[in-house]
Amino acid sequence: MSFRVAASPHHHARVQTSTLMLKVALATLPGIAAQLYFFGYAVLIQLALAVVTAWSAEALVLSLREKTIVNRLKDHSALVTAVLLAVAIPAYAPWWIIVLGTAFAIIIVKQLYGGLGNNLFNPAMAAYVLLLISFPQQMTAWTPPTALQAQEQSTFDPVCLVFTDFSCAGYSITQLKTDVDGRTMATPLDTLKTDLTNNKTVSESRQQPMFAEIGGFGWNWVNLGFLLGGLWLWQQGVIQWRIPVAVLVSLGICSSIGAMVDADQYASPLFHWFSGGTMLAAFFIATDPVSASTTAKGRLIYGALIGLLVYLIRTFGGFPDGYAFAVMLANVAVPLIDAYTKPRTYGHKAKGSE
Amino acid sequence: MASLFQQIKSGMLWDFHGGIHPPARKTQTSQKPLGRLSLPERLYIPLRQHIGVAGKLLVQPGDYVLKGQPLTAANNAMAVPVHAPTSGHVLAIDDHPSAHPSALPEPMIVMVPDGLEQWRERQPLDPEHISRQQILARIQDAGIAGMGGAGFPTHIKSSASQGVDYLIINAAECEPYITADDALMQTEAETIMQGIDILCDLLSPKAVLIGIEDDKPRAIAAMQAACGNRKDFYVRVVPAKYPSGGEKQLIQRLTSKEVPAGRRPLDIGIVMQNVGTAFAIAQAVLHDIPLISRIVTVVGETLSRPQNVLALVGTPVGFLLDSCGFVAEAKQRVIMGGPMMGFTLPSLQIPIVKTSNCIIAPTDAELPTTGPELDCIRCGACAEACPATLLPQQLLWFSKAKDHDKLKEHHLSDCIECGACAYVCPSEIPLVHYYRVAKAEIREQHRDELKAEQAKARFEARNERLEREKQQRMAKNQALAAQRQSMLAEQQKQQIADAASRVETTAETLSKEQIIAERERKKAEARAYQAAKAQNQVENPAETKVEPAPATEVNTDTATDPRQSAVAAAIARAKAKKAGISENAEADEVPASSATLDSDKAADPRSAAVAAAIARAKAKKAGISADAEAAKAAEVSASPIALDTEKATDPRAAAVAAAIARAKAKKAGISAEAEATKSEDAVAGAENTTPVDTEKAADPRAAAVAAAIARAKAKKAAEATSTITTADLTAETAVNTTIAADVPVAASPVADAADPRAAAVAAAIARAKAKKAAETQQEPSADAEINQITPETETKAVAAEPAVIEASTNVVAPTDAKKAAIAAAIARAKAKKAIESDQEKSE
Repeated sequence: MSFRVAASPHHHARVQTSTLMLKVALATLPGIAAQLYFFGYAVLIQLALAVVTAWSAEALVLSLREKTIVNRLKDHSALVTAVLLAVAIPAYAPWWIIVLGTAFAIIIVKQLYGGLGNNLFNPAMAAYVLLLISFPQQMTAWTPPTALQAQEQSTFDPVCLVFTDFSCAGYSITQLKTDVDGRTMATPLDTLKTDLTNNKTVSESRQQPMFAEIGGFGWNWVNLGFLLGGLWLWQQGVIQWRIPVAVLVSLGICSSIGAMVDADQYASPLFHWFSGGTMLAAFFIATDPVSASTTAKGRLIYGALIGLLVYLIRTFGGFPDGYAFAVMLANVAVPLIDAYTKPRTYGHKAKGSE
Repeated sequence: MASLFQQIKSGMLWDFHGGIHPPARKTQTSQKPLGRLSLPERLYIPLRQHIGVAGKLLVQPGDYVLKGQPLTAANNAMAVPVHAPTSGHVLAIDDHPSAHPSALPEPMIVMVPDGLEQWRERQPLDPEHISRQQILARIQDAGIAGMGGAGFPTHIKSSASQGVDYLIINAAECEPYITADDALMQTEAETIMQGIDILCDLLSPKAVLIGIEDDKPRAIAAMQAACGNRKDFYVRVVPAKYPSGGEKQLIQRLTSKEVPAGRRPLDIGIVMQNVGTAFAIAQAVLHDIPLISRIVTVVGETLSRPQNVLALVGTPVGFLLDSCGFVAEAKQRVIMGGPMMGFTLPSLQIPIVKTSNCIIAPTDAELPTTGPELDCIRCGACAEACPATLLPQQLLWFSKAKDHDKLKEHHLSDCIECGACAYVCPSEIPLVHYYRVAKAEIREQHRDELKAEQAKARFEARNERLEREKQQRMAKNQALAAQRQSMLAEQQKQQIADAASRVETTAETLSKEQIIAERERKKAEARAYQAAKAQNQVENPAETKVEPAPATEVNTDTATDPRQSAVAAAIARAKAKKAGISENAEADEVPASSATLDSDKAADPRSAAVAAAIARAKAKKAGISADAEAAKAAEVSASPIALDTEKATDPRAAAVAAAIARAKAKKAGISAEAEATKSEDAVAGAENTTPVDTEKAADPRAAAVAAAIARAKAKKAAEATSTITTADLTAETAVNTTIAADVPVAASPVADAADPRAAAVAAAIARAKAKKAAETQQEPSADAEINQITPETETKAVAAEPAVIEASTNVVAPTDAKKAAIAAAIARAKAKKAIESDQEKSE
């Protein structure tokens, strides 16, 4: 009789990559629910488009690379990329934005670098940056929460807007962004930035209805949703605490310093934490293991770097939010961070004393 | 703050980085009593079951062996013997699949137990009354090697007499499933303690730390009870975490110390022994039971009766499994060792060895086979789990890329292959396997590098040697050229002075031929001197250079009027010859008498000289053949020398006789002793006689020839001896040849002074000889196969002889100087040819 020969260890923890990825995708649900509630169901259309595009693109490249398709699709890494990009872009962005972005993320950023595990950049964020730079108008087309919109939204408006750029009643996105007072509204971060350049103080700016909650009306809850999902991921052991904590602490310290220097010019840490894509970036984007630092110390540095860059871009940069840029810049720094944060191996002296 | 020792004493524990918590699954076997098995039909006892070398085989197929009888003997510090686990017959000794991940066949003794369990005679020792060495010898003789898994010979690990702070007994048994040590501690705690006592006697540690994981409550209780009131024995209960039973990890847990990379625990004052090893030591010393059995955990869901069994070393795994109710499933895996570091067996005939602690026969549901390897997502779970604080994913990356430099930089060699990284890897990458391959590649590369380095060193040394030789040649040539020039200048000056004196003082004129001959002689002399000098340099650079002063001194003295002195010498020669021949005829041996007859007939001195030369040649030949038979002992041949020299009243005859005697003495010395020291004496003896010859030699010319021949003989003798001597005697040989070379040089000026022509010839011969001597000398020092060369060189020496004699006769015969010069040239050429042909032969 023949016996199966295998290499040790013969015992396995039964934690699988596909499980991890699936959990990440599931953990976005609270955030997505908040988006759905405040901004309408357009996000679901984006999600569907993104997932279909991601799977198709992945299958296409895998077949070209002559790899097993089903096995690798089952690792759910493409799904996670698609979901993250779909929740990151404006919900009412035209359909081709998400299709183009997802295809770019999968084909160029992920597969052309060698597939899962070999990409230097976070695919979702690289695609986001591509879209933001190439199509700034569409990529900043965040509508205000439906409750604040002047026009009543009809049931099929999200579908019409995504696929035709116009609501069923024929309004464009720009028109939809106009509030009852006839002012064009953007995201809270965007609005604050515009106001600050118009010599308003932070507190003056925050008198507007869209700042009804800490991080802005609606956005506050979206961020809380992602925070909840992120904590669940940490509890499940899918992500480690270091990167999200480092991102948030770093951002908090930076904004505290700003607020202490001039509270009229610089927003508070709480606003920064619960506005824009902070929680999504801290728990879902920055923790992407492939493009993050791999050492314990390195992850702290990596997270802190992202927090610092987010704050700098938000406060002094040309874009209202900056986590995509921050993450990509930190991605570039990863090999360097890894090289300098190699842990001391058992039995070896610390680097300094060698 | 309390010192480390106080902290350790107070029961403090430390943690190590990483580690995992796989399901232990130990309760299947840990609560059951120890199973005893019947004897298997066959036992397969590998000759080598430890790290080190196998012992010398003591039995052969068909032998009857008693239980505990050694089957191999340790003939090396790294060897430990194996013993017959029971009484029975040795069926065969051949190769069978080994208890190794490779399962490569290795030599095993196949035994058929007879079921009688007959013990050999046993000699228990009392550790109180025996020496350390006796205990260590007993541990080695009992075949004890580390039973934790590595199998390092215990007697070596236990031989440290000082510098041991802590003796750590490893009873952690951190791998899932395995409960062999647990069972041993539950049943044999007292004996284990006795073993630890013996180890304490050997190592004298400050404290004994017994590390046990907290999932073995019964073993902990038993060990604590067995400790009794022993001083500084501490049972330390460590929280279960894999791999806390790893040597380095347990040390860190119990003492907070880290074993520096590439060092041993002993370097930080720690010796660790497995609890099973301690038991085996007690058994061996106190009861004289060698390591012939061990407890093995036989477990897995395919078994109906999983349990710990006491198995004889050599029991086939299949027998163990069958005894425990094994029902194999399709594509069954059988693992020897634990699930983390054990290896799968391709065959059930593989035997239990001293280091086998567990056999697992799991169902596929129990320990599922890993799925297909997915891409690394750099999640870092492996780095979190690594007990050595490595970066396994980086190592994987570099292993795949075969980037050995980076692997070294990331300390691949510190990987203990515990498998924690592969256990946690979500992509199910067999990380440890990648590291094993990479390690093997690095080992291979290292070996290749070492080889290349050696080859390079060899090549460079050769180049250096060639360059050095070239330099030496060049220096020699330059020196020669300079010498020649100065010689020429001197000669010219001399000639001018001669010419002036000739013109001034006498009407007598020197013939042109004589001048040429004179020049020829000087040149030859210079060359001979150079050759001797060069030889000295080559053979023994430390030796001071031969003093050229006497040659020039005598030269200038005699060169004032060569013709006059030549005439005088001829007259003296003739007289001496006549006197000598008659006397010699009486005194000498049979060959010598024939020479006497010849020389009697020769009225004129010249022909007498020729005859003498021929006679000498004959005498020598006869002497050689006679010596070959007769003179086996040096003393026998030594006496004729004394007789010859005493009897030789006539200087010339004395010279001849002395030469013969010398040659004989030398040859006798060579053939009789063939040892460097004795031949050295002979050569030294030859040297002693030489001055006597030269003193007595009334006839300088004949003396010169005789001296030349003697020289040749001396050299030949030196050559022969030096070739006989082995390579490590080269130094001595060098001394010999130096002496040999000294003799002609010292003699030649005196001889040269008398007759330029003869001197030239003599010098030429000497040169040739010197050359040959130098060549033959180089051979033995360069080559180790001296013994093969020796006969050749001997024949060569004999073959060269006629040429020499011929040369000497040629020299004496010519009446005028011109002819003499030609003859000398011919002789030289012949001598050269003879040497060349000899060289070819020897090549």
